Amino acid sequence: MKAKPIQDSAMEMQPIKFYQTATFTVGNRLLGEHERSVQANMRRTNSLNSGHRACQGCGEALGARYAIDAAMRASASQLAAVNATGCLEVFSTPYPETSWQIPWIHSLFGNAAAVASGVAAAMRVKGREDVRVIAQGGDGGTTDIGFGCLSGMFERNDDVLYICYDNEAYMNTGVQRSSATPPAARTATTAAVGSAPGNVFGTGKNVPLIAMAHRIPYVATASVANLRDLEFKVTKAMPIRGSRYIHIHVPCPLGWGSAPADTIKVARLAVESGLFPLFEAEHGEIVNSTKIRRKVPVDEYLSLQKRFAHLFAKPGDSTRIALIQAIADHNVKRFELLA
Amino acid sequence: MLKQTEGSHAVAEAIALRRPEVICAYPITPQTHIVDGLGEMVKTGDLANCEFINVESEFAAMSVAIGASAAGARTYTATASQGLLFMAEAVYNAAGLGLPIVMTIGNRAIGAPINIWNDHSDSMSMRDAGWIQLYAETNQEALDLHIQAFRLAEELSCPVMVCVDGFILTHAYDRVDVPAQEQVDAYLPPFIPRQVLDPTQPISIGAMVGPEAFMEVRYLAHHKQLRALGLIPQLSDEFKRRFGRASGGLLRTYRTEDADTIVVALGSVNGTIQEVVDEMRAQGSRIGSVSICSFRPFPLDATREALGRAKRVVVMEKSLAVGLGGHLSDGVRKSLSGIVLNGYTVIAGLGGRPITRSSLRQLFRDAEQDELEQVTFLDLNADLVAHELAREAQARASGPTAEAILRRIGTVASQIT
Repeated sequence: MKAKPIQDSAMEMQPIKFYQTATFTVGNRLLGEHERSVQANMRRTNSLNSGHRACQGCGEALGARYAIDAAMRASASQLAAVNATGCLEVFSTPYPETSWQIPWIHSLFGNAAAVASGVAAAMRVKGREDVRVIAQGGDGGTTDIGFGCLSGMFERNDDVLYICYDNEAYMNTGVQRSSATPPAARTATTAAVGSAPGNVFGTGKNVPLIAMAHRIPYVATASVANLRDLEFKVTKAMPIRGSRYIHIHVPCPLGWGSAPADTIKVARLAVESGLFPLFEAEHGEIVNSTKIRRKVPVDEYLSLQKRFAHLFAKPGDSTRIALIQAIADHNVKRFELLA
Repeated sequence: MLKQTEGSHAVAEAIALRRPEVICAYPITPQTHIVDGLGEMVKTGDLANCEFINVESEFAAMSVAIGASAAGARTYTATASQGLLFMAEAVYNAAGLGLPIVMTIGNRAIGAPINIWNDHSDSMSMRDAGWIQLYAETNQEALDLHIQAFRLAEELSCPVMVCVDGFILTHAYDRVDVPAQEQVDAYLPPFIPRQVLDPTQPISIGAMVGPEAFMEVRYLAHHKQLRALGLIPQLSDEFKRRFGRASGGLLRTYRTEDADTIVVALGSVNGTIQEVVDEMRAQGSRIGSVSICSFRPFPLDATREALGRAKRVVVMEKSLAVGLGGHLSDGVRKSLSGIVLNGYTVIAGLGGRPITRSSLRQLFRDAEQDELEQVTFLDLNADLVAHELAREAQARASGPTAEAILRRIGTVASQIT
């Protein structure tokens, strides 16, 4: 059950070449060893180990793997995780198999933040403040049913890093709308029928901004399109005491109707269109945003996903595509996404 | 040490003596004075090495307790009424995970209509959640049961609810004997959790369990409660040896040896019942009573032993199983399987309706004559009910029931004599 660090020092230099095209990411081959990604290092903990039951191309599994391994390195492997009910919980623990190589507890759908507050309190009272606590859940468990507990955890500034893996709907129950579902998206409860198919405009909530309103020490958004950035943000968040929140955009091929091989591409287009801005905030103020190198129109992002197919069916819904473009353009301005 | 103190404060002192490490709570009447007291003790440092967390809801209170207990801390919370319902999902979860959390219930009615006064509707709603449920008869027993509760919870790795009648006990000033810290420490060994979140031994807790194992896991929860049937009397006996007074146990009989009529009840109303038993005994009645302390696990054998020779049993219920009668009656009747006697369910004291000696006297006399209905509502205002039923029959859109009844009664303050 316990992850065994590989002792053989010859194995630490990994021959894998790690490239990401069309980003600022530099291949590990060109970097000094200390600058390489956590995943590129053979000493990575594989905290969410292989063999789990996630779908092909699952963005959440990828995001969680990078996030938790980075957290493990940042905490010298002194880590405990609390998981909300959802895809990540279900696919990682088909007992008697478990993918988790860390102490891990699942309690309920809506209480991960509060359970994590309890774990952190126990560690404090036991004099084990070196043990760092992560709570994690999907967008449903975070922005909807777990929102009360999350806000309570933020407000008390409890010493927990909460990670939301946002795939923009309730995927585990069969793709129903959540408060993170974007406008026009087809879900099982926002069918692509009628005069305005898909999810309605003008609804939903932006939890990173709400987290910032609690003036907690650290809030960041991240994407599986930029895994080095994701690792960087988790690594930065880990040593900070108090509440921290990282909201990771994770495409779901099943729910979005995108090709499993396109997960990174879709995630990148969300970032590069401006629909999913990457930024960091400290104590309620934005301190940094990732600049878009090549801004793309939202069509490029939307058209890869069957959940938006009705926008492109003849004669084409140019009006509502323009509304989505306006959201992207607003983000670009609001978060200063162009250099 | 003898003290004249409020029931809630006595409970708070008992909790503090158990050296809890995490206390989390959300305020709800009539639980507030307990957690107020504990919060103050943590803040002054009188209760050292303890985290007191002000949470945003009862759901969060039980969830924080789950996390803290799973991480190996001795954990306590308290709630009542709507609060218990609001945390219901987590109440079941704590038991399912086998976490030895202790929780006080300041028993209070459940709305609608909203009502802050005492009855047992709240804890009864969670009777099958997998928690052990103990009911205190007096403030002294409330204090003592909390001391026993942690020991019981930690030995079985099972959460324990100590049910204390709201206001009647929680807000009543009474004489209590508060034990010394050394005595309590000797009674309770340090907490060694059965399971703990620990980076040196990483385990996964809370996996999905399918049809292949769910029955067995649930059976083991039942088995744990059956073990508690043996452990509760043992812990009560040991408590008596160490502290010099009887508290807790499965049930207590009062003048039942030769009784034809036996009254069964939970909690503080047993005091009033015993006074009426004494009065009626003095007049020649062969009547006795049984105070059930452990409602979950339900002591079927002990109840049968206590009641089996009576001619009739009157079960007093401070909660209503709507459409059936009472919850306590279910267990009592099951315990008497195969024994022929007259059984009566009496619903009494709902929403804080006083249960007076004169009403009980009349009730028990009627019982002795076997003139009770199967289910009786003690001191129900039948005129008021009849009037409301007639009013509702007059119009389809008759409006809300509770408000119509209150209008009919008029201002209560003017009726207090």
